[in-house]
Amino acid sequence: MSEAVAFALREVTFAYEQVPALRNLSLTIGRGQSVALLGANGSGKSTLLRTLDALCFPNSGSISFYGGPLTPRALQDDDFFLSFRRRVALVFQNPDVQLFNPTVFDEVAFGPLQMGWSSPEVTARVNAALEQMGVAHLRDRAPYRLSGGEKKRVALASVIVLDPEVLLLDEPTAMLDPRSQSQLIDLIQNWKGSSKTVITATHQLEIVEDIAERVIVLEQGGVVADGSPHDVLSNAELLLHANLVHAHRHRHGDVVHSHPHLHSHARHEH
Amino acid sequence: MTRAGGFASTVVKLSRTLGNALVSENVARQPGLMQSLDPRVRVIGALSLVLAVTLSHKLLAIFSVFVAAALLALLSRVSAGLLTTRVWLPVLLFTGVIAFPALFVTPGATVLAISSAGFRVTAQGLHSAALLICRVETAATLTALLVLATPWMHILKALRWFRLPQEVVMMLAMTHRYVFLLAETAGQMFESRQSRTVGVLDRATQRRVTARTAGVLLSKSIELSGEVFLAMQSRGFRGDARVLVDFRLRARDYLGLAAFLSLGILSVWMGRA
Repeated sequence: MSEAVAFALREVTFAYEQVPALRNLSLTIGRGQSVALLGANGSGKSTLLRTLDALCFPNSGSISFYGGPLTPRALQDDDFFLSFRRRVALVFQNPDVQLFNPTVFDEVAFGPLQMGWSSPEVTARVNAALEQMGVAHLRDRAPYRLSGGEKKRVALASVIVLDPEVLLLDEPTAMLDPRSQSQLIDLIQNWKGSSKTVITATHQLEIVEDIAERVIVLEQGGVVADGSPHDVLSNAELLLHANLVHAHRHRHGDVVHSHPHLHSHARHEH
Repeated sequence: MTRAGGFASTVVKLSRTLGNALVSENVARQPGLMQSLDPRVRVIGALSLVLAVTLSHKLLAIFSVFVAAALLALLSRVSAGLLTTRVWLPVLLFTGVIAFPALFVTPGATVLAISSAGFRVTAQGLHSAALLICRVETAATLTALLVLATPWMHILKALRWFRLPQEVVMMLAMTHRYVFLLAETAGQMFESRQSRTVGVLDRATQRRVTARTAGVLLSKSIELSGEVFLAMQSRGFRGDARVLVDFRLRARDYLGLAAFLSLGILSVWMGRA
């Protein structure tokens, strides 16, 4: 298989104790692509990200990573395990899950230490990641004592420190204030131009055009749309059907008027 | 405040205390005598002295170790105030409750008679109670000193060096890190319940509320531990605690180890029955 394809999923099905999360899902994600995963709650976005990060494995179907099979057996090989964990990183939706070290510095150093890098290299990379995410001043603080936005930034720093080729982001802008959201969007936009593959699960339609060149809409564990941000976001019927927008009902005199509630996707530069 | 509210307040206080306990890693990062030793020496030293006071039967021998532990704490930037509030007073309270009956039920020479109540305090009873309290205070001081003066990941790495099974080390790591989060969640659950409670709950309802909360918390903790493990795995964790500092034994570590072991042996020898 071509090196241009980062992930290839073929008829993947996954269920949490009889509750299906992914159903016969097939798709390919190219190297360097920026992809937004859209879908209502329970549509399978988070499960898909975990499957791509090899944290859960399909009940049926197959996944390949750069042409090689992504299976529990493949990950038993130490070299492949470390190489895969180095190349693919996931930012969890709930930062409390991801922050389990006594200090912010230790948290960000956790991944590099698992890679077996030397102490000076770990220190240099951690300092750079802390600076990049604007949390260097928090380096000696306990992560669980931070605000929601700070936790999210530290969680991001803890994965970008590995400089991964593939970034899987689960609702990265949740809990962030507008300024932090904007900074994160700028960061993802910078990655768009590089060779990094960035897959972002989000509910926020207004950021999709900024962070992705391709949009995949999931519904009940399957793909219902796959196209450019413009094509997907301008399809009001699709967005309503996938529960991504709601019908906005209001009164004009005696008449109740209803239309899809959409936001403008125009980006303003000042 | 309802009884459920009183319990909630206890849980909230517990979560704060746990939070403060975790913040105590600040102590571990300060320069001090204990901190200057290799973590493996600290673990062996503290545990060997705990074993020594357990095997020792003389008050003077145990008290000598207690004084040594308190001095070591002060030289390791662990304040007497911190030890008093977190270790000495709580241990005195809990162990005192257990030791109190020994004052009266242990046969021996009477040192104080409460004739109106028909009780008499015996010298042997006083000695037994003092021995128990002193032994527990000393063991708790040594353990607290180890935990306060050593970053948790260093303790885990040292335990792995001593061949403690990987699964046990992982359990310790997760428990230490998430007990705070779970206590905080429990506090929030009780506060939420309290905000929706009007009047005073009867005892049966209080028991039901507490039991349900415990059940929900258990489910949450299981889910959380699974999620945390996935997050650790996602960043390359394979069960071994890795830290930035490489463990290396130097001359002062051998000296420290010799001091710990000598004190332990002396205490057992002095305290033999």
